[in-house]
Amino acid sequence: MKRYSAFALVREALNGHKGWERAWRNAQPKAHYDAIIIGAGGHGLATAYYLGKNFGITNVAILEKGWLGGGNTGRNTTIIRSNYLQDPSAAIYEKSRALYETLSQELNYNIMFSPRGVMMLAQTEHEVRGYRRTAHANALQGVSTEFISPRRVKELVPIIELNGPRYPVLGALWQDRAGTARHDAVAWGYARACSDMGMDIIQKCEVTGITREGGRVTGVQTTKGDIACDRLGIVVAGHSGVLAEMAGFRLPVESVALQALVSEPIKPCMDVVVMANTVHGYMSQSDKGEMVIGGGADGFNNYTQRGSFHHIEETVRALVETFPMISRLKMLRQWGGIVDMTGDRSPILSKTPIEGVFINCGWGTGGFKAIPGSGWGFAELMAKGTSPLTDPFSLNRFGEGRFIDESVAAGVAH
Amino acid sequence: MLILKCPYCGVMADETELSPGGEAHLTRHGPGSDDTEFEAYLFMRENPRGVHFERWRHAHGCGKWFHAARCTQTLEVFGTYSAQTTRPPQDLLDTISEKRPGWRWRDLA
Amino acid sequence: MSTRLATGGRLTDRSDRLEFTFNGKRLTGFAGDTLASALLANDQMLVGRSFKYHRPRGVVASGAEEPNALVNLGTGDRVEPNQRATTTELFHGLSATSQNHWPSLEHDIGALNGLVAPVLTAGFYYKMFIHPRPFWKHIYEPFIRQSAGLGRAPDPEARDPDTYEHVHAHVDVLVLGGGVAGLQAAHAAGAAGAQVLLLEQSPHLGGRAPVDGGTIDGQDPEAWVEATVAALKAMDNVDIRTRTMGAGIYDHGYVLGYERLNDHAPWLAGPRHRLWRIRAGQVVTATGAIERPLSFAGNDVPGVMLASAMRDYLVNYGVAAGDRTVVVTNNDDAYRTAIILKQAGLDVPAILDAREYGGGALAAEARALGIRVEQGRAIAKVQGGKRVTGVAICAQAGAGGLLEEIPCDAVAMSGGWSPVVHLWSHCGGKLLWDDAQAMFRPDPDRAPTGADGAPMLRVAGAANGFLRLGDTLRDAEAQGREAAAALGFTPGAGAAPAAEATEEAPLAPVWLMPQGARDDLRKKAWLDYQNDVKVSDVQLAAQEGFESVEHTKRYTTLGMATDQGKLSNINGLATLSRALGEEIPQVGTTTFRPPYTPISMGAIAGEAKGKLFQPIRKTPLHDWHEAHGAHWEPVGQWRRPYAYPQPGESVHDAVMREVTATRTGLGLLDASTLGKILVKGPDAGRFMDMMYTNMMSTLKPGRCRYGLMCSENGFLIDDGVVARIDDQTFLCHTTTGGADRIHAHMEEWLQTEWWDWQVYTANLTEQYAQIAVVGPKARAVLDKLGGMDLSAEALPFMGWAEGTLGGLPARVFRISFSGELSFEVAVPAHRGRALWERLHEAGAEFGATPYGTEALHIMRAEKGFIMIGDETDGTVIPQDLGLHWAISKKKDDYLGKRAQARSHMTDPDRWQLVGLETLEGGVLPDGAYAVAPGRNANGQRNTQGRVTSSYHSPTLGRGIAMGLVHKGPERMGEEIAFAMEDGETMMRARIVSPVFFDPDGEKQNV
Repeated sequence: MKRYSAFALVREALNGHKGWERAWRNAQPKAHYDAIIIGAGGHGLATAYYLGKNFGITNVAILEKGWLGGGNTGRNTTIIRSNYLQDPSAAIYEKSRALYETLSQELNYNIMFSPRGVMMLAQTEHEVRGYRRTAHANALQGVSTEFISPRRVKELVPIIELNGPRYPVLGALWQDRAGTARHDAVAWGYARACSDMGMDIIQKCEVTGITREGGRVTGVQTTKGDIACDRLGIVVAGHSGVLAEMAGFRLPVESVALQALVSEPIKPCMDVVVMANTVHGYMSQSDKGEMVIGGGADGFNNYTQRGSFHHIEETVRALVETFPMISRLKMLRQWGGIVDMTGDRSPILSKTPIEGVFINCGWGTGGFKAIPGSGWGFAELMAKGTSPLTDPFSLNRFGEGRFIDESVAAGVAH
Repeated sequence: MLILKCPYCGVMADETELSPGGEAHLTRHGPGSDDTEFEAYLFMRENPRGVHFERWRHAHGCGKWFHAARCTQTLEVFGTYSAQTTRPPQDLLDTISEKRPGWRWRDLA
Repeated sequence: MSTRLATGGRLTDRSDRLEFTFNGKRLTGFAGDTLASALLANDQMLVGRSFKYHRPRGVVASGAEEPNALVNLGTGDRVEPNQRATTTELFHGLSATSQNHWPSLEHDIGALNGLVAPVLTAGFYYKMFIHPRPFWKHIYEPFIRQSAGLGRAPDPEARDPDTYEHVHAHVDVLVLGGGVAGLQAAHAAGAAGAQVLLLEQSPHLGGRAPVDGGTIDGQDPEAWVEATVAALKAMDNVDIRTRTMGAGIYDHGYVLGYERLNDHAPWLAGPRHRLWRIRAGQVVTATGAIERPLSFAGNDVPGVMLASAMRDYLVNYGVAAGDRTVVVTNNDDAYRTAIILKQAGLDVPAILDAREYGGGALAAEARALGIRVEQGRAIAKVQGGKRVTGVAICAQAGAGGLLEEIPCDAVAMSGGWSPVVHLWSHCGGKLLWDDAQAMFRPDPDRAPTGADGAPMLRVAGAANGFLRLGDTLRDAEAQGREAAAALGFTPGAGAAPAAEATEEAPLAPVWLMPQGARDDLRKKAWLDYQNDVKVSDVQLAAQEGFESVEHTKRYTTLGMATDQGKLSNINGLATLSRALGEEIPQVGTTTFRPPYTPISMGAIAGEAKGKLFQPIRKTPLHDWHEAHGAHWEPVGQWRRPYAYPQPGESVHDAVMREVTATRTGLGLLDASTLGKILVKGPDAGRFMDMMYTNMMSTLKPGRCRYGLMCSENGFLIDDGVVARIDDQTFLCHTTTGGADRIHAHMEEWLQTEWWDWQVYTANLTEQYAQIAVVGPKARAVLDKLGGMDLSAEALPFMGWAEGTLGGLPARVFRISFSGELSFEVAVPAHRGRALWERLHEAGAEFGATPYGTEALHIMRAEKGFIMIGDETDGTVIPQDLGLHWAISKKKDDYLGKRAQARSHMTDPDRWQLVGLETLEGGVLPDGAYAVAPGRNANGQRNTQGRVTSSYHSPTLGRGIAMGLVHKGPERMGEEIAFAMEDGETMMRARIVSPVFFDPDGEKQNV
């Protein structure tokens, strides 16, 4: 693999850029792999990468029915944070955030991790209590957060309105080492590194069946033929139910549409990410200058990658109230992604009833920020059968009533 | 913005008048059920890419719960019907069979 | 230079001269001008800078597709960035500034980027800025952000003074687009009797037809448009809205319209924008087509313009983009521009037609006018920097070998036309590649489908691929008639008007000019003008394996600018398909997302801002609280008084005072927000037993019982006092936030599980005002009001009675959430204020004190009562809270019972409720965790409990807290340490009973 650098760019510029090679090889499937990952999104590619890097398993294929990174990896609002309340969540998201910090250097691919800080506004007494609790929990989890005053909020976000007539800002939970990254680049960077380790990324290859023998996986059937494998990781987000059905088990997952939008680009006016849960909206400014806005999820099963306009209205209303200066900006584009929601809204990283088959899904609205951590833990699970990062997220927690409920911090009003 | 017909008041209601309620025709498992049954009742959900049966409430209208048969891929609504039944009406099942030959959902087809 | 001609301009009124400023320069235009036409009339060809290289940018189009002419509009609170000059109507006093340059538009330091352009290829930023790591955050990113962005950010404190509104419309046939196709479709549907709404994004009806010529029914198109509009306006069933764009089409046929009411005249009263939410029986989109640029070196130099746009400026505004215009084309349409320029007395040195076979009748007409027409020729390169100075000509078939140079100051280009298929595609309509016309058009067999599974859109005219006038009108008539017929209307005998237009020779697809352009030319051939994406960038993306059209778009940013690729998408796609050696339809298109052009956030938010942001629910006593200085706390949609600070008193001091006053005399609380749900019917008892963990069916009429509600998943979701009114009737009190939720929860179970049970529920929350009368003097004050016997014998604890209190019909519940003697008095809502005031009057001698939610919280905590949302958080079961006494052992079933039998719920290791007493004084922080020795496998500190509520108790004079602690009730007296927010400092506390005050209940049982 030719290394990327400013020097390489200058050298290629002099050479008419003829020397750039493919970022990843155009592979055709072999007959057998030690491990197959279904789904070349961020999570699937990261899993393959850490299988190779941490466990030396490089005879790996990543199968993708469309184009790599074409699902939710490229359809989110790019926020990276780890200020979660429950221990298992804080552990995996913080691992992820820490890996993001050095990912550009590790992959030799600028994923533009921007640790600009994420704040979550507290706009009711109840939220103040919830976020203070989170700050306490984070201190013991090794996640650096603090509860900050309205004055500090205004210093960090000059465009905010603290004293809205309906929900004044009472403070915020602030994580200064959280931030954003360039979403597509994360998939591309991992893909390039996987390909460089000799792994095969096979695009436009749809899995149509999962072959089993005596309760154990032996391979997959695909639109590019049958491929044998010893271990199979299913990492397909919204389409997990369909794959699980092929493998012969059910999942506590439903797929719904989640929406987002961006404004036209303007010069820098907001340096941090702000999430306002009481009014349901969050916003940051991309390096291109667009205000990136996250909206709500529909409550019904949906595979269309579209959503209803009323969610957009609700979100924009909340943000115009919170950041009044955006009123005369314009919405450039809205879109939807299909997210997979579990019964407790936390992900599933687990063994399955089929030996050798592992599932990674249910990230709901939180998937992008988890990519490196999820890949790290899931690779360990696939390689060793257990991982402290993923064990609490097993499938059997639903039967045992051992939930990982992150809605707790938001809670219910009294 | 989906639009569904409330089978109680006959109104074509925009999604903003309605609350979605998830999978329809679940059988309640209470005390005495085994762990697997109970887990399946509470959490395991049909998540088909295609025909789906689901619950809605005309929350900002007559307040009644009702059922809808809908395609999750095209969003086509095959019909809505009373929530006070354990099985979709046969004519609705026939309609779906006509439009989506070979469909199946749980033990329905 | 670009200039206003002595005559012409069908849309302008030369008698009405308007003054405006551009970058502070005072300029004039005419009524009817767009900002773009007025700028061109003033020879202001340079209007902005591009995103990446800060290249000089001039007006290139005349409508919504314009990628370059974006300005900051307005001043102060009305600053609006990225306003498209081509769709901005000029008004007197308009103030615009150009964007993305420093220090000035003419001299922009950012243009230095152009010097290193060879390095800054597609995706360069993924390959550099990697080391050293801290540089990204502190140096590279701030620099990139500053040089990117486009428009000026409004001032942080800017407050938009304008208003916005939303309207709903329900019509039979909705027509989007008011060109000749839209007008004809609307006419056909309207004549059939359908209710028709037609939306046109611009201020003018008729679209391009008046500019493009031909005849309709023997008339000049302009005359035909005028007559047709008059006919439509005469129909009562047809409504036409101009300045209103069809912004988006959503699932099940929901259409979003965006009306700009006074952007062209800001002094007008009323809302600035209006958002239309439309449901139509049939939707016809007649959105026309957009001309494509040609990809040749220097096609971005100011002065290079779409041929159709140049024609528009001339005919509509009497403005010439240049004195000497070279026309370059691959089709006949561009000849119209050449002919019109020549007829206006302007110089057209040459028409370069890339087709070897040349043009048809229009070419002959051009030649007849003396214009030099070259076939098989192309532009090798445009000369000039901030303005075109000439073109170098080559053979289209070659690599760019120079044949000749022609001096000129403008270039009109035409690469063919693309139907506007955005609305068709928003909801999944698929496209067909039309090889003959080299364009994507809607595939009628794969239309977007609606709720009934049937196609929900029709497309008419040029948007449907019918570019010739006659075809357009025929298609529009047919679509309009069919739309009406589909709704049961009977179209009349009318037929499409006959149109005549000059025959045209076929177009030849030209995706690169010249066909084999050398490297140096491809690196100057722009695809996306705003985002600076060139032919070479797309080729590099393909070379690096970004083969999917989505990959290429994202890697190069092609089509991601504010014009969303209206000009660049097809050219980019064709370039990619050639680089991959695949056919265009195989490569496919990117997804079209709403809105068609950007719409204001203000319009999306609508009326809901400030005080109207969300409704505020008010109790009957709200105004009294307001008048008495309540410090408010939002609770759901309600606001409740947190405390009533007196002048000069802090909120904390007020809370302390309120607690003490209540404990020693008399406190009054507005409890009206508590939910009150009536459950009634022969099966009410059976239903209540399922809803609550307690046995409610055995409750006697006249008695109250504290009850717990769990979800089917076992967790505690609400609590409150249930009063049995009579044999078949229960009144359930819920938490404030729970009222609507719990009512819905009850209805859900009743309607979907136990629909054969005879039970009715009604949410009576707002029908009653409820006042808690609390403290040692509670009975005394009620006795003073008189009318009911409230003695301990007549109304014992946990009883309720109905009667008349001080002349008001009342229900009195003898319940206590404070541990004091306490009565909750409910009266009809409209009598609430009277009761409240009488209580204050009568209670004055006992020191009657209104108290708020915080005093309520402290008093309940002193008594060890749990609070939903404090002690519970959705993960807590009643058993965790020592509430076993409220869980019936006799019942076979209740919601949550089965769930509470799961292994994790019965685990003896669960955290359970205890009281916590600090050892060194002080108040434990809310939410603090108790540490346990060691760390877990992920390196996190182990914990063994947490604080759920913590207060300073004025009654006890010290801090009190409740918490959930691992096996807490078994560990009474044990000391544990709680970590402060730094994770290091510890505060020690002793595990004690959660009942801190009056454990025997002596105060409440009097």
